[in-house]
Amino acid sequence: MGQIKLSNVKKSFGAIDVLHGIDLDIRDGELVVFVGPSGCGKSTLLRAIAGLEKITSGDIEIDGRNVNSVTAADRGLAMVFQSYALYPHMSVRQNLAFGLENARMPKAEIDKRIMEAARMLEIEPYLKRRPGQLSGGQRQRVAIGRAIVRSPVGFLLDEPLSNLDAELRVSTRAELAALHARLKATMIYVTHDQVEAMTLADRIVVLRSGRIEQVGTPLELYNTPGNRFVAGFIGAPHMNFLQAAVENARPGHAVLSLPDGSRLEVDAGRQVLQQGAALTLGVRPQHLTLGKGNRSLRATVRMIEALGSETVLHTELGGQKLLVVLPGQHRFSPGSEIDLSLDAAPLHFFDEKGLRLETSV
Amino acid sequence: MSRAASFIFRRRGSQKHGRGWHWTDIVTWLWLIGGLIVMFGPALWLIFSSFKTPAALAEFPPSILPYASQQVTVAGHEQPLTLYDAKMPDGTTKRMAEIRRIGLFSQMIDPADPGAPPVRINIDDRQPVRKLSFATENYTEPFVHFDFFRYLWNSVFVTVMATVITLVVNSMAAFALSKYEFRGRSFAMLIILATLMVPLSVIMVPLYSIISSLGLFNNLWGVILPTVATPTGVFILRQYMLTIPDELLDAARMDKASEWQIYWRIVLPLTAPALAVLAIFSVVWRWNDFLWPLIVLSRKELYTLQVGLSIYSGELNVQWHFILAMTVVTMIPVVLVFIFLQRFITTGIAGTGLK
Amino acid sequence: MTVSNADKPTLPERLGTIVKTPVGVVMGLIDAPMRALQRLTGLSGMALFFLAPNMLIFGIFVLLPLGINVVYSVTGGSALFLPERTYVGGDQYARLFDCGNYLDALTCQEDAFWTAVGNTFWFVVLQVTFMILAALVTALILNRNLAARSFWRAVFFFPVLLSPVVVGLIWRWILQRQGLLNFILYPFGMEPYNWLTDRDWSFMAAVGVSLWAHMGFYTLILLAGLQAIPKDLYEAAAMDGTRPGRVFWRITLPLLAPNLIVVIVLALIRAVQVFDEVYILTGGGPGTSTLFLTQYIYETGFVSQPRNPGLAAAASILMGLVLVVLTLLQLGLGKRGENKGKRR
Repeated sequence: MGQIKLSNVKKSFGAIDVLHGIDLDIRDGELVVFVGPSGCGKSTLLRAIAGLEKITSGDIEIDGRNVNSVTAADRGLAMVFQSYALYPHMSVRQNLAFGLENARMPKAEIDKRIMEAARMLEIEPYLKRRPGQLSGGQRQRVAIGRAIVRSPVGFLLDEPLSNLDAELRVSTRAELAALHARLKATMIYVTHDQVEAMTLADRIVVLRSGRIEQVGTPLELYNTPGNRFVAGFIGAPHMNFLQAAVENARPGHAVLSLPDGSRLEVDAGRQVLQQGAALTLGVRPQHLTLGKGNRSLRATVRMIEALGSETVLHTELGGQKLLVVLPGQHRFSPGSEIDLSLDAAPLHFFDEKGLRLETSV
Repeated sequence: MSRAASFIFRRRGSQKHGRGWHWTDIVTWLWLIGGLIVMFGPALWLIFSSFKTPAALAEFPPSILPYASQQVTVAGHEQPLTLYDAKMPDGTTKRMAEIRRIGLFSQMIDPADPGAPPVRINIDDRQPVRKLSFATENYTEPFVHFDFFRYLWNSVFVTVMATVITLVVNSMAAFALSKYEFRGRSFAMLIILATLMVPLSVIMVPLYSIISSLGLFNNLWGVILPTVATPTGVFILRQYMLTIPDELLDAARMDKASEWQIYWRIVLPLTAPALAVLAIFSVVWRWNDFLWPLIVLSRKELYTLQVGLSIYSGELNVQWHFILAMTVVTMIPVVLVFIFLQRFITTGIAGTGLK
Repeated sequence: MTVSNADKPTLPERLGTIVKTPVGVVMGLIDAPMRALQRLTGLSGMALFFLAPNMLIFGIFVLLPLGINVVYSVTGGSALFLPERTYVGGDQYARLFDCGNYLDALTCQEDAFWTAVGNTFWFVVLQVTFMILAALVTALILNRNLAARSFWRAVFFFPVLLSPVVVGLIWRWILQRQGLLNFILYPFGMEPYNWLTDRDWSFMAAVGVSLWAHMGFYTLILLAGLQAIPKDLYEAAAMDGTRPGRVFWRITLPLLAPNLIVVIVLALIRAVQVFDEVYILTGGGPGTSTLFLTQYIYETGFVSQPRNPGLAAAASILMGLVLVVLTLLQLGLGKRGENKGKRR
């Protein structure tokens, strides 16, 4: 069991509001990732769920029970901290045992759980060592182990991979996914790294300035970002945005004028675009292809980054930057003009407030 | 050898011109050697003196090492006699024992031949036979015949108790002030800061009246209690605890630890280095405390070593041989601290400026 | 502390367990009531609980005396029990300040007080001046490229740890007629002299002995300050061909200034309170030549017959005001003043 329900959760530190009313339903066994730029309140939200921060108003329910006034210790959740927060003066075994001893669990049961977790995480050889004698990756495993032995109804992970080097981060990410599949426990995972969010999450919650911007599966967020912020945040390199004006709008059809003076005909779906309205056209760098098509742009190459498997072009179009990621290797010289086709690209439209306009191409 | 010497005496001149002594090198070494003599000399002098007999202490010019004139028991004389190398009337030098002194002459007898008649010898023609001897009775007597064992015990009791309570009370306060947000926290900090300005000499009269109305006059606890809530202790511990990450405390809270457990199982062990520094300081402070114990303790059996020493050394007829020996005893713990923990203390002072 | 059979504890661990176990058991027993308390009061309540013992002791033994001190200073008589004392208003202060000529203690009603003030003033001036100079020179020398620097640092630090009583007795023994000093001067034709029975020499002895006892402490702080000055500044100065004297005045001294200020004010604060080692060394004598303020307060309040706690309290409040001014000076001047304590 591990349903967590947040209703209108607010938190303020003095006069500063950090969370502006969060509503969220987390299903049992789900891995939910809170993602957002630093300062968006994702860590505060996690700590509020953990019981480490008192919420200002609203309700938090775990398995249908309101836990607003339940202490962190009694919410049945376990947390993996960003710094791991391993007790430096205790051995790995003592670190794992500390919480269980506090819960007055019989010694035999404690030993059993520790051995189980140690085997699962392959930290058996280090049980006698102190955290200071372990590598970053090993410490990370111990921190997870400390959560596992508690058999919590839910795991809270606060940027658990941010202290690892790039290579280790990738392998540990995969292990975490495997662990979740194996434990089938509810997990809330906080990160600022959208790649982690995309690879791990059942559902992603994008937060900004203490508000939820969008909730959805990774692909939902990728394919139909609800607003400009989410569109820019999910996907790497991030989506190109071009300012455009609606020149000629008919039901189901519109002509956009781009800053370089070129025109683009698009399907407007059911959306009725206002004649003369300004909007933002979003297109992912990977979706642009070389060559002229039905809908194409002409851009000036400013810089080339050859990565081997792909080539990143920094181009400019009417004073706006446009990033293009082309598969394979290409040769261009800076200053040359190229044609880019949008034919295969899903296009995203956002109104002046940044909200998504439902269109189909 | 010469390389070692040139390392020890490396100097400015050698860096600049390869050879020669710059005047600052000379000043440096004069200062250092002078410092060595001035700083350690007095204590060494004290230690050498403490092994001298009262007679040797009264001598001038004094000898540096403790010498005692040799004595011998001669048949027919109850008291042991002092041995001299005497210039005999026939011009030879012989080892003789002095029976008595009459004016400028000394009546002497040959210890090897006690039956022979005594010889009269001018006192300028005899030299006492002396050898290195340590008057250890200077150390044993005060313990046996005076209350010094009692004083030693009182000092140890005060020092240990005050230090333990200081550590507990200060660390609890430092924990509260470093790891909790609560109303009145800055007020509490202000009060502690303010007490830095209130030395004993400013409040000794009213403090005495409080101690006596609490019934702690002539009580070792009256010495201990006013000293334990040291503001400096709270400050260094707090400073150290601020470096313990708060996430560790959150982790412990998730681990169902009570706040008390967080204090003694997480925070205290992690504060050990700062606690050790404070403990060392507290031991030195309390061991050395003088004025306050002097005020609170008026009964002899309650004196600490410092008070006992000052009282005995203030008597009209100072028994220096005992005083010196007991001064050495009083110095021993501090010298031990100095020898083994000196580095710890010096870095502690340099880092926090506390004493 | 769980130590399972699977991994055998090492010897230090086992020793640690032996020490920790009884403490752990006691602390564990305390835990249950603590949890109950925590449930009752919450986190901030626990914070107050942790703070309480220290603040209680502060309250009883520092703050309360501060208040009572004022009451003492405006009441008269030799009784210690407050209700038995009669209100006299500012009489005690008036008595302290009743003086024909403030520069001549003998014209004052409380001539001992003014003698003590005068002595303390000159002591502070001389001791602090010489102490800072000596400590600065020592620190500069220790900061040179010395072999075994920590040894030399320890040499100068050694007397700092000695108790004032021990310091006083060591020097009393050296300065007496058959003492080491006379022994050293003897070959130069000096007749043995009883230094401590001479008014001027005993005062100089008081200054010198307290210098000997405390210099190491200030040396240490100054040395820390010197070592915090980045080496590349000196290298840059050397590249510019700066003369050593100029380096000292233009680089070392300005960068050492914050430490120097802390050290000067700390030394002032301590010097004003001079008592222990001088009391043992000279007992304030001969006559009143080494009578200092703290000793005056102590003797007025506790030794003289009849004792006069009111007068002692008034004098101690005046001394406290001087210390407050000095401390505020320190807080104002030194940014790092906060934790440089003088009270033990």
